Amino acid sequence: MNRFVDPVLIFVLLLNFVVLGASRIRTMIQAVAVQGALLGILIMLAHGSFMFIGVMMALVAILLKGILIPHMLFRAIRDVAIRREVDPLVGFIASLFLGAGGTGLAVLFSRTLPIIHADTGTLIVPAAVSTVITGFLILTTRRKAITQVVGYLILENGIFVFGLLLMDAIPLLVELGVLLDLFVAIFVMGIIIHKINKEFSSVNTHMLSELKE
Amino acid sequence: MLWFLFLLPWLVACLAMVMPSNRWRPWLVPIGGLAHLILTGFAVAGGPVTILQDWLALDPLSILVLGFVSTLFFICSLYAPGYLAQRPERSNRVFCACLSSMLGMMTLVIMAHHLGLMWVAIEATTLATAPLLYFNHTPRSLEATWKYLLIGSVGIALALLGTFCLAYSSIYEGLEPTLLLEDLVSLAPKLSMPWLHAAFVLLLVGYGTKMGLAPMHTWKPDAYGEAPGLVGALLAGGVTSCAFLAILRFYQICMNAPEATFVREILIVIGLFSMAVAAVFMIRQRDFKRMLAYSSVEHMGILVLGIGIGGVAAFGALLHMITNGLTKGVLFLSAGNIHRAFGSKNTDDVQGAMKRLPISGPLFLAGFLMVTGSPPGGPFISELTILIGTIQAEKYLVAGLFLATMSIVFIGMGSTVLRVVQGVPSAKVASTPYRERPELVIPIIVFFVLALALGLWIPPPLETILHNAVAYLDGGVS
Repeated sequence: MNRFVDPVLIFVLLLNFVVLGASRIRTMIQAVAVQGALLGILIMLAHGSFMFIGVMMALVAILLKGILIPHMLFRAIRDVAIRREVDPLVGFIASLFLGAGGTGLAVLFSRTLPIIHADTGTLIVPAAVSTVITGFLILTTRRKAITQVVGYLILENGIFVFGLLLMDAIPLLVELGVLLDLFVAIFVMGIIIHKINKEFSSVNTHMLSELKE
Repeated sequence: MLWFLFLLPWLVACLAMVMPSNRWRPWLVPIGGLAHLILTGFAVAGGPVTILQDWLALDPLSILVLGFVSTLFFICSLYAPGYLAQRPERSNRVFCACLSSMLGMMTLVIMAHHLGLMWVAIEATTLATAPLLYFNHTPRSLEATWKYLLIGSVGIALALLGTFCLAYSSIYEGLEPTLLLEDLVSLAPKLSMPWLHAAFVLLLVGYGTKMGLAPMHTWKPDAYGEAPGLVGALLAGGVTSCAFLAILRFYQICMNAPEATFVREILIVIGLFSMAVAAVFMIRQRDFKRMLAYSSVEHMGILVLGIGIGGVAAFGALLHMITNGLTKGVLFLSAGNIHRAFGSKNTDDVQGAMKRLPISGPLFLAGFLMVTGSPPGGPFISELTILIGTIQAEKYLVAGLFLATMSIVFIGMGSTVLRVVQGVPSAKVASTPYRERPELVIPIIVFFVLALALGLWIPPPLETILHNAVAYLDGGVS
């Protein structure tokens, strides 16, 4: 594994905290965009050599996660003129503490996991687990539909980081398929956010509470 | 052959996108469905094959599921033109294209032997069905679509993590990393157990969300409640069967690894839990479409329970996938007709469906009787087989709980269904323009006849296919 992988992963971890502490949706999306682009760079570093396939995958990841998806999200908030605040269920400071606790647990937890020798030194597993936890935190504690999409993206990013351990096991076609699915998912979610806003004049998901027992 | 099988629905979807006539476009769906069914017939008769370096294959298990899903889709597609003709004001371009691509994606899931590819295809079925749920363009259907999409995507993301854990379990033991089913089954005894356990739990949560097992079922009542009946039937019979197949793939790997009891116990517990949760929510349920969703949760529980017990019960579970799917076709399509005739799906407004709808009403009642396990319906035979398997395995407590929840469900579902079908429709309802039409009742009758016939007689070819599938599931590589 390349020695530049860990410093980049630290940035990925820090961006989790930026998202957790962000009070404006714009900041959240920007942080996720940077995180997505960093993942592309990680692919290139993890491949070790600058082979064609590694570089191409990295470029596709940067293009989708760093540029296209954030662009769609920005357009969604612009089109529907969403109010800029995040509207959390759990306050920002509390979220940050929860995130820090989650990261601490992730580090402890990944020490107990059976990991092959070559991977034990890296931050890949702790970073992956902690990013997944952050994704769930955002999904559950932020009320707006668009912030839930951001949570889903962070969750996917965490799984993506874990995928770095398996560079050889997962063929290119599948990785491209995963990225394509993610892209289409965000695209469809963007359309639905637009409709939700037209229908309810709000994108707060607590308006979506008609259906229950 | 296999190429045609999954490219054909895509071709139909593209045709639907470019076809200008809103009136004739819906006919593309049954034509595509029929062509797919014929191709499936040839493929099933031809037996197991693999293409694309083992990435896609027809094995005994996929032959069973493919045959079933293709039949289900064809019968449902017969309903589509009649249904869409009732809604001339709305463009059905996206609806028809999504229906067809849903079939293509389900075919891909069924044939995929590369677990990464299978994941991609399952996530794609979620995306293809989301616009179908939103067809009615009401605020409630919007809410249902959002929940379906978000919960489904998050669940499936966990399944991806599980797939990664599975790949890592081979890397950890210094084996050649792979995600091909055949390789994993033969490597299973050597895989790292902790990673395999983690993988199974994550995959069960992930694909269990898609299948609608409790406690990951929360999207289901909303989605099935708001979706058109046609889409409900396809989701409850087709998409859930695909997710079930995905779980079976991992079960197959775990069965070849040591400590298989771990997997079986989890399946039994989650199966019983799903049945219990469904039973609780079905009591006093006033929305009859939501009631069908809980019935689906219950039957998904029965499926994994049967697989967890294994042996005879596994045979019963695979048969139950088919009988339940066909019966759900009867229920969802007739519920759709009742919903349209009464303009409501609440039992406070809907009464006297037997009088108002002389064909759909009785079929709805018959579907309820069959799905709750009354003889001589198909589900009766499959549920009985699962029960016999449970008793043979000497799991008396499980068998007792199985019977207890089944009876609670019968009572709970019965009180709702009887309210719907009995009584006299109010004057306001009797004047709505909806009338029974042949194109909207014939598919229901076909579903009913098939589901009933399976209870009376299982054709020998189907029995052979079922036996082969069970043997393949237990024995590993064919």
